[in-house]
Amino acid sequence: MRRRRIVLAGSVAVAALAAAAVEAVVRTGLVKAEYFPAPTTVVADLAALLTRAETWGAIRLTLQGWAVGMLIAIALGVCLGTLIGLNPYADRASRVLVEFLRPVPAVALIPLAILVFGSGFGSKVFLAAFGAVWPILIQSIYGARDLDSAQRDTMTVFRLRPVDRLLSVRAWNAMPSIATGVRIAAGTALVLVVSAELIIGSPGMGREVVTAQYALRPERMYAWILAIGLLGWGLNSGLFAIERRALRWHPSYRAAQS
Amino acid sequence: MTRRTRLLLEFGSPLLVLAAVAVISNLKLSYYFPPLQSVFADFVGIWAEEQTRAGVWSSLVRLFQGLLLATGIGVIGGVLLGLSRTASAMLMPIFDFLRCIPATALIPASILALGIGDASKVLLITLVCLWPVLLNTMDGVAGVEPVAIATSRAYRIRPGDRLFRILLPAASPRIFSGMRTSMALALIMTVVTEMVAATDGLGAFTLAAQRSFDITGMWAGILTLSILGYLLNLALAGIEHRLLHWYRRSREERT
Repeated sequence: MRRRRIVLAGSVAVAALAAAAVEAVVRTGLVKAEYFPAPTTVVADLAALLTRAETWGAIRLTLQGWAVGMLIAIALGVCLGTLIGLNPYADRASRVLVEFLRPVPAVALIPLAILVFGSGFGSKVFLAAFGAVWPILIQSIYGARDLDSAQRDTMTVFRLRPVDRLLSVRAWNAMPSIATGVRIAAGTALVLVVSAELIIGSPGMGREVVTAQYALRPERMYAWILAIGLLGWGLNSGLFAIERRALRWHPSYRAAQS
Repeated sequence: MTRRTRLLLEFGSPLLVLAAVAVISNLKLSYYFPPLQSVFADFVGIWAEEQTRAGVWSSLVRLFQGLLLATGIGVIGGVLLGLSRTASAMLMPIFDFLRCIPATALIPASILALGIGDASKVLLITLVCLWPVLLNTMDGVAGVEPVAIATSRAYRIRPGDRLFRILLPAASPRIFSGMRTSMALALIMTVVTEMVAATDGLGAFTLAAQRSFDITGMWAGILTLSILGYLLNLALAGIEHRLLHWYRRSREERT
């Protein structure tokens, strides 16, 4: 406990020192403030931004795109992944397709998204879902497949019906693996939503960054970047906390706690 | 399942999908999905052009510059931080925050600071690729068998040998898994930076084709990028397979 406090104090000190160093470099004029505004200016601008309703509107639009994309990806990824993981025929039939489609950089589909969905909400959702589905699919396949022999034998001995096997054994067993996939996918989906807003110009936080850049307001641009970073960090830590709480009962999480 | 059904399923299904796409696209239901054969024809056509090859080359050069820089910095930093638990614990919250910033949001900032040239693109690719390599190396080094380190101390093995013969080999599976993540990120960043501001490169080509309503050209660009992503992944997996064969063998023996 004491060590943890020292480490925490250390991180705060390092962060403060780094910010102070940047501040000093900018204030003394070594770096032009037009390119790189002082951290205090950026934070002040972010605070000013957060009092405005439009800011929250942009944040909401970005979050909505992320959430809808993630929901589609989770629904598709978990269903298909479970099917592929359990059925050897589906596994064989999908192998080459998945191997080829998975490394496709989702951003390559931005031009297609513009054509089909225009510059609105649909583009964001499509790109986020396409990028997020792969980690969830792969982790679901592993999750559905990995079952230790004791569990397998127990299911056989108890003559569990296939439905019960799926819902009361395999589904629970797959959860940590799926949760990892979701956490990885969450980061990817946010990157894609922001990229879509940046390049396509769909309304949202990414577009605000570009708008600030064109308006030659670097402090505003960095304030938005900081806001996006905080959102990404918040989503990641939030999901991690939910995962740890919801899966407390699982052996791999119990081991980590003690 | 017999061997024949297996092969039939494995290679029959992609062919079936391809055939379905070919048939459906030839029904000309939508202007946005041109017939498959014209996309392939365009794909061959753009590769015949000197300009495309130069564009692909410049994309690849930027990608590898960024990836190699990131790997270098990431491995050195990761080893140093992996050796000091206190330092890594102190820096972790900061890294966690920096890692979570969606990298594409930084593109306008890097354009403002460094312009639209190669430098700003390579810097961004490096920045994005750094985290997976750094954090994985750190974990890999911190997770080296304590016995191995104690033995090397007891035998007074020189620090150089300790680094190259114990720490780095032990961390290499983790370093590679970081590089695989980074490779995917590098390709994304290469494409997006080119779409935002560039005149050459595949990302710029594909977006320009869409903007001038050259739909087959756009699809040819998407196809090229997809194949590139696949090949890069395959190449890295191949290198990993060769370099880490000892690791796989030792794992198989253990299980």
